[in-house]
Amino acid sequence: MFTPEMMESVKKVEATRAARLGVEPRRMTAEEKDALLKEFHPDYREEAFAEIKVGPNKGQKAPKELVHLLHSNSRLLSEKVDISKVDYDVDVLVIGGGGAGASAAIEAHEAGANVMIVTKLRIGDANTMMAEGGIQAADKENDSPVQHYLDAFGGGHFAARPELLRRLVMEAPDAIKWLNDLGVMFDKDETGRMITTHGGGTSRKRMHACKDYSGAEIMRTLRDEVLNRQIPVAEFTVAVELIRDDRGQVAGAVLQNLETEDYLVAKAKTVIIATGGAGRMHYQGFPTSNHYGATADGLILGYRMGAPLLYQDTIQYHPTGVAFPSQIFGALVTEKVRSVGAQLVNVDGEAFMHPLETRDVAASGIIRECTARGKGVNTPLGSGVWLDTPMIEEIGGPGTIEKRIPAMLRMYMKYDIDMRKLPILVYPTLHYQNGGLEIGGDGFTKVIDNLLVAGEAVGGIHGRNRLMGNSLLDIIVFGRNAGKAAAAKAKNVELGNMNLDHIQAYAEELKEAGIDTGDVSPLLLPKYARHER
Amino acid sequence: MENMVNVYFFGKKYSVPADLTIMTAMEYAGYTLKRGCGCRHGFCGACATIYRIKGKNELKTCLACQTQVEEGMYVATVPFFPTDKRTYDIEDIKPEQRVMMDLYPEIYSCIGCNACTKACTQDLNVMQYIAYAQRGDFEKCAEESFDCIGCGCCSVRCPAGISHPMVGVLARRLTGKYIAPESKHLTERVEEIHHGDYDQLIEQIMQKPITEMQELYNNREIEK
Repeated sequence: MFTPEMMESVKKVEATRAARLGVEPRRMTAEEKDALLKEFHPDYREEAFAEIKVGPNKGQKAPKELVHLLHSNSRLLSEKVDISKVDYDVDVLVIGGGGAGASAAIEAHEAGANVMIVTKLRIGDANTMMAEGGIQAADKENDSPVQHYLDAFGGGHFAARPELLRRLVMEAPDAIKWLNDLGVMFDKDETGRMITTHGGGTSRKRMHACKDYSGAEIMRTLRDEVLNRQIPVAEFTVAVELIRDDRGQVAGAVLQNLETEDYLVAKAKTVIIATGGAGRMHYQGFPTSNHYGATADGLILGYRMGAPLLYQDTIQYHPTGVAFPSQIFGALVTEKVRSVGAQLVNVDGEAFMHPLETRDVAASGIIRECTARGKGVNTPLGSGVWLDTPMIEEIGGPGTIEKRIPAMLRMYMKYDIDMRKLPILVYPTLHYQNGGLEIGGDGFTKVIDNLLVAGEAVGGIHGRNRLMGNSLLDIIVFGRNAGKAAAAKAKNVELGNMNLDHIQAYAEELKEAGIDTGDVSPLLLPKYARHER
Repeated sequence: MENMVNVYFFGKKYSVPADLTIMTAMEYAGYTLKRGCGCRHGFCGACATIYRIKGKNELKTCLACQTQVEEGMYVATVPFFPTDKRTYDIEDIKPEQRVMMDLYPEIYSCIGCNACTKACTQDLNVMQYIAYAQRGDFEKCAEESFDCIGCGCCSVRCPAGISHPMVGVLARRLTGKYIAPESKHLTERVEEIHHGDYDQLIEQIMQKPITEMQELYNNREIEK
């Protein structure tokens, strides 16, 4: 339960609640937002970044932890893996069993390709499963894909690649329909109208949801469909390196059985990297809302083969991670909590900013409140601000929380915090990598013409910040597209002799740059085990 | 000195800080988790766990990532359980009672012991949703099972060998696809896009210079 000091602050929150109800805090001007970001957003902390010394993005910066992995060698450099002994031979190899990978596999299968999924943990162990709030699509009468484009483009600081963003917004309604037809249970009213709300930075209510289990409902449906189609899924089988051929194409991947540590070889005419994000790298020491396997593996694999990164220096910190209690520290408190009425309130009970600014702005606002302004709430773990959840039922009536955000209610109730009666404490948490491997509008990397990327491993769809509900959307849109494109491409690919020459070349490049981290990459799993000796 | 408790992982004793979860306590003890660890935030069901408190008779089920350690806790993780998912073509089946009869006939062997409900880490009324499935009331089954994360603790405890989470998935897919009313606004928008109604408009906005986009963005009207 809350400390006495925290309870003192709760009294102030309660005292101002009636006055705050029905008053929408002012939104910041563009200039105010720019100034706030520059001063408080973690992306602007120069000491947290380092220069990439090798490869296609040489001279650019990235988070130190990512640079360390980019500067490390392949673990296969010192291993003798006979890649001529092929364990799997497929048209389409999907690396990653999250929402993007599953969507890709389903569409590739639908197109008649021989497709398989390899995944580090289980199919569905992915950030998709943990996405709570919803998925955007402009399907209401007052909305349009063009409006969606404007919101996302502006929210991403006008840096999104237009050809990618076009696909995202134009194919969004079809993505929702595809999911609906697979049996995803979207929140609808009795006439079938989708119940949609705002997310931070949206100008229309286009956030579709499945309570606050939106990603879980989508993921378990996709997983069920993959299994129904009997698409082979190799679980606990991690791709540790891409294989190329003497024609400059990707030709498959070297895999490792995570449990036995034996190596396997998958030969493939096309490869889709759908490995997700990087939250478990804990950039700048932040806690994360991400799943256990989010360690940027795909970025390393692609980069080592020569595929460039884009916006690898921009990270999304979700404004509302759990700040207390310690057991769920850093866990996601969905933006939907604000969509349905909760305000951000400081230690004195003041609503210090509009609750639905874009995520980078909201996160920066919270950091400012807790640092420069000294109006955060002290906790045994640090500080945070209140998310005034009792407002939700004042606005929506009793039962709203249980109906609309049951996962949040359940998560806190395990620690005897009833968010219907008490506000909850939040602080930004590492949530999403805005950057990733660069692709063209067709989903292929620009340097290797049979290598595709989909989902969070892609950079450029959203620009330098992403709106809520556009990631669940992008994994479906770009996952489906990658599956179709890979299946079509595979018909025209002739593979040459397979080799791993690129890891030697990369090692040479590192040597020339005088870099020796002493580590190998990709990371595969975070190092959480504590060893006393 | 931190407040420590004694816990037993697979029977072996470790002293761990009392404010940790079972999962973080295992890592504190030196385990590198491969299985039995997924999202770490209570959404994926990877970390189904069984425990008993020393001296007590009751066997409890939980998620290792969502449960705080207690003194005298004997812990066994259940990283995998052979639940039985039946395959089907969602386009071919219909929301009729016989679907369950065909795919998951063992639900009719339920003896009403309610062990599934007691084992549920999400506090769902599992036996009730199986009862709805038996009757072919897919919508109620879907609603009642909606918060299921598929950890499988129910199936571990079921004397009838029912794979409850799989029954829930089937009911939800039937409900989402066939029973929930069609979203006409969605169907229409998809048709408009396929018809090319937005092609020109999207081309236009893609071509606009950044300064004009900034102007449009900063002055756009926001729906109340």
